[in-house]
Amino acid sequence: MYKALEDLIREEQSSGIPFWKLVQKDDCKEQNKSEEQSFQEMQYIYRSMRSSFEEYDAKLLSASGLVGGEGARLQKWREAGKMVSGEFISSVMEKALKISESNACMKRIVAAPTAGSCGVVAAVFLGIQEKEQISEEKMAEALYVAAGIGGVIASRAFLSGAAGGCQAEIGSASAMAAGGLVYLLGGDAEGIANAAALALKNLLGLACDPVAGLVEVPCVKRNVMGAVNAITSAELTMAGIRSKIPPDEVIDAMRFIGRGMSEEIRETGKGGLAGTQTGIHYRESMSQSW
Amino acid sequence: MNLLDIIGPVMVGPSSSHTAGAVKIGNICRKLLGDTIKSAEIFFHGSFQATGKGHGTDKAIVAGLLGCAVDDIRIPDSFELAARQGLEFRIRGIDLGEAHPNSVKINLTGVTGKKLEIIAASIGGGRIQIHEIDGLTVNFSGDYPTLIVQNLDQPGHIMDVTSMLAHKSVNIAEMQLYRENRGGNAVMVIECDQEVPKDSIKWLEHLEGIIKVTYLSLAEEEAHV
Repeated sequence: MYKALEDLIREEQSSGIPFWKLVQKDDCKEQNKSEEQSFQEMQYIYRSMRSSFEEYDAKLLSASGLVGGEGARLQKWREAGKMVSGEFISSVMEKALKISESNACMKRIVAAPTAGSCGVVAAVFLGIQEKEQISEEKMAEALYVAAGIGGVIASRAFLSGAAGGCQAEIGSASAMAAGGLVYLLGGDAEGIANAAALALKNLLGLACDPVAGLVEVPCVKRNVMGAVNAITSAELTMAGIRSKIPPDEVIDAMRFIGRGMSEEIRETGKGGLAGTQTGIHYRESMSQSW
Repeated sequence: MNLLDIIGPVMVGPSSSHTAGAVKIGNICRKLLGDTIKSAEIFFHGSFQATGKGHGTDKAIVAGLLGCAVDDIRIPDSFELAARQGLEFRIRGIDLGEAHPNSVKINLTGVTGKKLEIIAASIGGGRIQIHEIDGLTVNFSGDYPTLIVQNLDQPGHIMDVTSMLAHKSVNIAEMQLYRENRGGNAVMVIECDQEVPKDSIKWLEHLEGIIKVTYLSLAEEEAHV
């Protein structure tokens, strides 16, 4: 697994092998698996992402009753032409909300990188494919790009809220989606890494403070924010705007910040939103024993 | 780390540690018992106890015991599935002291009377660890075919087992030894690169000084739920 985005940029520039292919080759070697088999698995992952959106059920409620039905509400608003964000961003918002709600309601999703952040990459990718009519093969390639970014984050820092707060989950997911989107828009390795850096910078310091310790509040709505942040980061990148701090150093900054976070805001459901008067009230009103 | 651990797995939500990891624990317990489960007593510790109901950890463990995979859409309905298949279960909280926060203790009884007691933990990202079998400390992930031999702490038993493995061309990936006290109960945990043949496990069971042999096979089960 690559330990630096800089290595991927350098290798793409020197060998001419694209970012996604470098990531695939590296993993196939490590897992002792053929590139063909690996690609089929990635296509299955992409189809599963689509199903996680299409199988949304507005009638479901999460275990706590705090999550459910809001994706359908947003869809209605969008279809009524009420949204000012434009068709693309509106549709991505709806997808992120629906997929993430489905996760909270025990439906099948693709963890990317985690279950709690499953709506970010999926929503951005499904949205851009719908808009630009991109082939399934190209979407699978973009998944390798996203996975490559996640791999570097995993080896330099962390991908779980328990280890590094929400910045490690939604932040990483947003960076992965931003890089993948730049690839789909025709960007190279340098652009991919830059978009990841811009996305992650915006979410540094985000605490993991889920109410009652459940993957519901604020996780579901943060997926919407992570997806939209990925789009803005990709747009800035395609316009030629660059992060003043290099991508690998941004990841190192996330590690530093995560290390300094108190346990109360690392997925324990104690501090932050979970520790508010209302957060505590929700927890106490739930039956949590057998 | 595998690329498909970063984009993936495909799983039933909401949590890789509290849902997918719990399904995996149930699955491995089922395979370790090596018998159709008649009844299960499930004890949740720490975060599993505090947030297990909200994360569907209870349904996930039962689904795993029934043989469901982490992406099986029947996980939310596993209690009904258990009722139909005649699996009795009881779920309670427990304090396992210093155990990992996402720990569960499971006591299983099979239809042929086999019994097994396990403590396992979900350690993040859907990965798990088995920490105790029948009260004896062990430490393995379930990622390899794993042979667990409980024996009297006497000279020669390790050779019995390892020479059998050599004879069957099974390579040892990792091996751990534990004992309660000198001359008492001991356990060896052997993670292998290949499957151990069934008849070799039967042969081991009949050796003098061998108390119990438990085997985790990763080969596909013949019967699915």
